[in-house]
Amino acid sequence: MDFNDTPEEANFRKEAFEWLKDNAELKEGPKDGWRAASEEEGLKQVKVWQKKLHDGGWACLHWPKTFGGRESSPIERVIWGQEVSKFKVPGGYLEIGQGMAGPVMMMYATEDQKERYLPPMSTGEEIWCQLFSEPAAGSDVAGIKTKAELDGDTWTVNGQKVWTSGAHFSDYGILVTRSDPSAPKHKGLTFFFVDMKSPGIEVKPIKQISGGANFNEVYFTDVKIPDSQRLGAVGDGWKVSLTTLMNERLAVGDASGPDFQEAFSLARGQDLNGKLAIENDSVRDKLADWYCQQSGLKFAKYRNISALSRGETPGPQSSITKIVSGNKLQEIANFGMDMLDSAGILRTDEEGAEQSMYQYGFYGAAGIRIAGGTDEILKNIISEQVLGMPQDMRADKGLPFNEIPTGNK
Amino acid sequence: MNFEFSADQMQLKDIARKFLEKEESVKRARNVLEGEASYDEDLWSQIIEMGFTATSIPEEYGGLGLGYLELCVIAEELGRSLAPTPFSSSVYLASEAVLNFGDDSTKQVYLPALAAGEKIGAFAHTESNTSPTESNIECSFSDGTLSGTKIAVVDGDIAGFYIVTAKNDSSVGLYLVDASSDGVDITAQPTLDPSRSHAAVTFNQAKATELKSDWSDVLNLLDRAAVLFSFEQLGGAEACMDMAKDYAMGRYAFGRSIASFQAIKHKLADMFIAVELARSNCYYGAWALSTDAPELPTAAATCRVSASQAYHECSKENIQTHGGMGFTWEFDCHLYYRRCRQLAANIGSQAIWKDKLISSLERANQI
Repeated sequence: MDFNDTPEEANFRKEAFEWLKDNAELKEGPKDGWRAASEEEGLKQVKVWQKKLHDGGWACLHWPKTFGGRESSPIERVIWGQEVSKFKVPGGYLEIGQGMAGPVMMMYATEDQKERYLPPMSTGEEIWCQLFSEPAAGSDVAGIKTKAELDGDTWTVNGQKVWTSGAHFSDYGILVTRSDPSAPKHKGLTFFFVDMKSPGIEVKPIKQISGGANFNEVYFTDVKIPDSQRLGAVGDGWKVSLTTLMNERLAVGDASGPDFQEAFSLARGQDLNGKLAIENDSVRDKLADWYCQQSGLKFAKYRNISALSRGETPGPQSSITKIVSGNKLQEIANFGMDMLDSAGILRTDEEGAEQSMYQYGFYGAAGIRIAGGTDEILKNIISEQVLGMPQDMRADKGLPFNEIPTGNK
Repeated sequence: MNFEFSADQMQLKDIARKFLEKEESVKRARNVLEGEASYDEDLWSQIIEMGFTATSIPEEYGGLGLGYLELCVIAEELGRSLAPTPFSSSVYLASEAVLNFGDDSTKQVYLPALAAGEKIGAFAHTESNTSPTESNIECSFSDGTLSGTKIAVVDGDIAGFYIVTAKNDSSVGLYLVDASSDGVDITAQPTLDPSRSHAAVTFNQAKATELKSDWSDVLNLLDRAAVLFSFEQLGGAEACMDMAKDYAMGRYAFGRSIASFQAIKHKLADMFIAVELARSNCYYGAWALSTDAPELPTAAATCRVSASQAYHECSKENIQTHGGMGFTWEFDCHLYYRRCRQLAANIGSQAIWKDKLISSLERANQI
């Protein structure tokens, strides 16, 4: 049992660091990081950085080299992540394409399509989104209604998707539709990729509880998709979706925002009723809980990495990360604002203001506990797939999709 | 990075598990709980025969000279099977105290006897209804003798010698007192987990051997032991999770297995989360213990808190999942519920370890 790099890992780490040092700026402290003035500006910078990564051979580490990847081992991806976190580099925008759409294209697209679409995905020239959730199909994502009808070799798609990150700046999207409403729920789905500039696609932002708009509603009105853009067989859309859903749960991972270290630093500098907050027993009790959770997740990850290095696939155990970190973030965000007393809820535009970070976590945590599988769905996955407990009794089992009862929410 | 136990260590764990299953360790825990004996002498002698007590004692002192990772996997299996023996007192505490703080002649006398199971050692630390600290310990050592009273000494009624915390001119240190010495008075004390015996021990100018130690060494001894106790707690927690799942799968209500109800599934998922966090933190502790890492105080407190929480969660929710049957004497749920509490109390409460954790992080991150 050791944390030391093997000689090969140490070489890889050195190579990664050297390249980063020549191409990016080191962070000055833990709070230093990349920030963009606007989404537009951020997108521009991400594309420039991604091109640089690609030309240097550091794009899409897990991808085959033919498509612009590096064919790195899982442990090398982890090392890269550790090294890159020391630098001020742009991030975001590309994960859904490279993490979810890319793998599904590799598995189901034709050779010509892979050659056409994968390289620009790895260079960041083309951005992809994922069109899965619908207003009436969230946790029960197989319950989607967006209709696809085949006429000759062209499909016509009508319906509405929701919670689509980045739809407004994406070039392409992966899309799951219902091609046979008379088949049972999981049987009548068909999977496509679609040009987001197609006539009939309309993207509208959703205003979130934070006031921001990172997601969209996407409306499809008589959108034409050639049958050649179908991924997997007609009616096999659920099987294709599952590949990306598992990738999504892995990708969502840790909730970002204030963690133990921030709460700990705050408590050590903050006055609470005439004493430092860190001297308060209830504060120490909470901090200890969060430290144990954070540490448990960290070392669970190390155990997963060790399993990956031995060539084993990571199990659905990784589902615990999002449950634990999402709830921890929600508690830490509330704690942080509590520490600032009544001022904790004041809105401020001041750069780096303490309350902003906790307020951001306050909103963000409520979302992260839902995104990419709610806490409840993840607990179902743990109990069914890890512990082998039976599925819930379902009221829609075996029924043709168009005969399944629907409510009015 | 290799953050797993080796194939050999996993094999040792498997051997320990099968041995304890074959010997019906849980049933033996019930027999001790219901009977007059303080521990299961037969199981204890078999554990000695398996070499478990000799695991991390160096070869020069009659041990096997294996590392602490081997001891961790054994501890997990002893915890899983509720082994009613003085293993933790004798191995995690007494052997470690002699090994780390005894002079060579003390080691020559005691370590081979501990490895061979000829002597059982116990740790005498608590004195009252409050956690022992450097300033409140009343037991005292002077001129080669020790005086004072210790309570809730685990295995205190069967030990051949005690590792005792006592104050001296400058600090509080560790002393070794033979149970057969003049001035040692032992009274068994019943507890809520009678599968592990406890005693009050009074020392009246009893002859004591000084171990080269001060209060920081006492804390170090507790940190090292905490990692091993955490593995016992982890094993117990996982056993409870497995019991709850097995029972739920076979128990039908409203025409279906209760394991198909989300209320039960989510309860089990919560247990799984607690166990996974505890296991990961225990591995951290194992790493720190086995490499003598400077992070040991942080790692020990982290795994101790995490494993105590997991065992608490799993042992109480195991009863809940069993419903009325879980509240019967007949079912084993209460054996784990009791042991969980006994282990949580053994080397200091959750609140104390949480405080130690934050203190060690404060030291490690000086402002």
